[in-house]
Amino acid sequence: MQKTVLSGNEAFARAAYEAGVQVASAYPGTPSTEILENITQYERIDSSWAPNEKVALEVGIGASMGGARALVTMKHVGVNVAADPLFTFSYTGVRGGFVLVAADDPEMHSSQNEQDSRNYARFAKVPMFDPADSQEALDFTRLAFAASEQFDTPIMLRSTTRISHSKSVVTLGEPMQDLPATGLTRDAKKFVMLPGNARIRHPFVEERLERMAEWACDQPFNRIEEGQGELGIITAGVAYQYAREVFPEAGILKLGLVHPLPQRLIREFADRYKTLYIIEELDPVIEEQVRAMGIEVIGKDKVPICGELTPGRLRKAFGLAATEPLELTEQLPPRPPNMCPGCPHRGVFYALNRLKAFVTGDIGCYTLGFMPPLSAMDTCICMGASIGNATGLSKVLDAEDQQKVVAVIGDSTFLHTGVNGLMDMVYNQSPATVIILDNSTTGMTGRQDNPSSGFTLSGEKAYQVDLEALCRSLGVRNVRTVDPYQMDETRQVISEEMARPETSVVITRRPCVLIKHDLFKKNPPLFVDADKCTACQACLKLGCPAIEWEPGEGGDKGYAKVDRLLCTGCGICEQVCKFGAFGVCHD
Amino acid sequence: MTNDKVTNILMAGVGGQGTLLASEILSEVLMQAGYDVKKAEVHGMAQRGGSVVSHVRFGKKVHSAIIPEGGADVLFGFELLETYRYLPLVDPNGTVVVNNLRIAPPSVALGKEEYPEDIPAKLQQHIDDVRVVDGLRLAEQAGNSRTVNTVLLGALSNLLAPTHEQWLNAIRALVPEKFLKVNLEAFELGRGIVQC
Repeated sequence: MQKTVLSGNEAFARAAYEAGVQVASAYPGTPSTEILENITQYERIDSSWAPNEKVALEVGIGASMGGARALVTMKHVGVNVAADPLFTFSYTGVRGGFVLVAADDPEMHSSQNEQDSRNYARFAKVPMFDPADSQEALDFTRLAFAASEQFDTPIMLRSTTRISHSKSVVTLGEPMQDLPATGLTRDAKKFVMLPGNARIRHPFVEERLERMAEWACDQPFNRIEEGQGELGIITAGVAYQYAREVFPEAGILKLGLVHPLPQRLIREFADRYKTLYIIEELDPVIEEQVRAMGIEVIGKDKVPICGELTPGRLRKAFGLAATEPLELTEQLPPRPPNMCPGCPHRGVFYALNRLKAFVTGDIGCYTLGFMPPLSAMDTCICMGASIGNATGLSKVLDAEDQQKVVAVIGDSTFLHTGVNGLMDMVYNQSPATVIILDNSTTGMTGRQDNPSSGFTLSGEKAYQVDLEALCRSLGVRNVRTVDPYQMDETRQVISEEMARPETSVVITRRPCVLIKHDLFKKNPPLFVDADKCTACQACLKLGCPAIEWEPGEGGDKGYAKVDRLLCTGCGICEQVCKFGAFGVCHD
Repeated sequence: MTNDKVTNILMAGVGGQGTLLASEILSEVLMQAGYDVKKAEVHGMAQRGGSVVSHVRFGKKVHSAIIPEGGADVLFGFELLETYRYLPLVDPNGTVVVNNLRIAPPSVALGKEEYPEDIPAKLQQHIDDVRVVDGLRLAEQAGNSRTVNTVLLGALSNLLAPTHEQWLNAIRALVPEKFLKVNLEAFELGRGIVQC
């Protein structure tokens, strides 16, 4: 078969095709996003963005109820949103095979926490595979669909940033045969989870896990690699690669299925080695279960719980010699991510900073508004939290401080889980102000469409949610829309709505500079007339990557300058300059 | 392919410089040449003008996709400061190929911190084989300032085993048709200069 280099996410997508998946749904979230983006190339799969992970999972469950194979993907924290249907879906089981890919982010490269999804597999009593490279991402997904139907259970696949975003060589497979048939099948005892039916399904779930644990003892995805000494290691997922590299002589029990654990196989392996290490990323999920079997192991007493593993960290954890690296002798200026030049959010945060607002934040590119010099975000918890946080905060403040509370949330995040918060804000009469930063895309994850962008995942035109009408229908009487490139007006409107002692919504509307569908048009770049620049540095407070300070030499005051290649001509710097030093290039 | 040694190439740059495409082409050519290849990088937050790094490892069999400290045989840098930042990952007997380009990080742009001076000289204090490439000039010579990444790949190609033809095939496989000609030209210019 054909060999190719695939990322884990490309391999999951390919596996969906090979497994005959008919429906795929997701909400974008790093590092899971590219799975659905890659699935769009397979035309026979109906793939779509859902407004949030709970809806995505429910769509997938519906497809499975109809007999089709379905794939749903999300980042680790998305599983929190989808947990409600997940736990009961575990009881009902499936008709068409069902796989949920949960992509963890150890080290929090792009996340607000590093929760370990394997705990969900145990908690929801759903079996989970843990692939160690792109080939296993493909193979395990195929296996999971078959096992899902064989054991009547949804199955989770755990990915991590290092699986999803690493590439390795993959041998592609043939499309699977003998797929289930679709159609309506009434089976209330299985699918109507009222207490009477659920009480029958729960024992089935427990027995299912026992059967799978026994089955998994003899499956090739749980394999023993014989060692040459007294050290045995139990490991899974990407941690296997690090264990294999750091301990080339050790015996390894590599688990492909991390829930339920193959207890008989673990005992057999443990009997052969004098010392047993458990090497796993994040929580001691395998370790605690193996200890509970009465087997003595070394695990999180040496291997860190926090952060991702690397071969270097493993060497250090076990006190093994490593090469002494070259040392940097000077402190280097950091290079954190920043809002793009021309980002429509920049001016809004500049205004919030000037207005001394207390800003409850949310998840998106605009979370970068917390960084200096904008420094205009005071909280960030999870998707949609900004609005509820603002409501709660307002409840405990005096009238003067209440006016300072502003929730900021992007269009995609608002539709994800912000709408209910706004409904509560109006219903319970909070005086806070909500700013919906509408850039018509899901920016941070790489510009995905959403129900207010006017396009679907496959790029087809779609109904565009009317945010103003939606807010009004929730009962917000004061809904105002501004162009965030108009600095004075934006600040004026936000200031007026902050002062208003009832719920109000300001929608700042401008497309993302990176938006798809050719919707963004650059303007001619700006320049600074160095003679007019008084070195007040007001423009630097915008934190625009296209503006750089040129220090003066020999007592000279210095001046700002614009990088023409980066500048998109948004003109907000020109508006904050009181001395008319900015001009537009007309060449 | 006769020994089991894994070769490590660390690519460092600034989000938006095209390091991703370059690491894709590199992985493709190495696979075509018969190696086991792994590549690790981080998307999402890191792309917004932040520091970007790709780990590429190849050999007979590669386990970890991540290069250990002191393990990079080649540090392949698209920007001076970002190259310097990853010095601790380079093998002191390794090679640095660095683009002679300075992009100010936010604290420097704001005048709060200084951009480190003489980075190539500082790299040379630790590593004998440092090769500075004027990527932008050559990219402009090729006809498009956005082909710096391909110029740099051309420079890197001299250090690696795949044949000239295998490189061209990988570029043809991954670069969109309308940018192919200028990228092939950029690759040749890069390949021409680091014979030193």
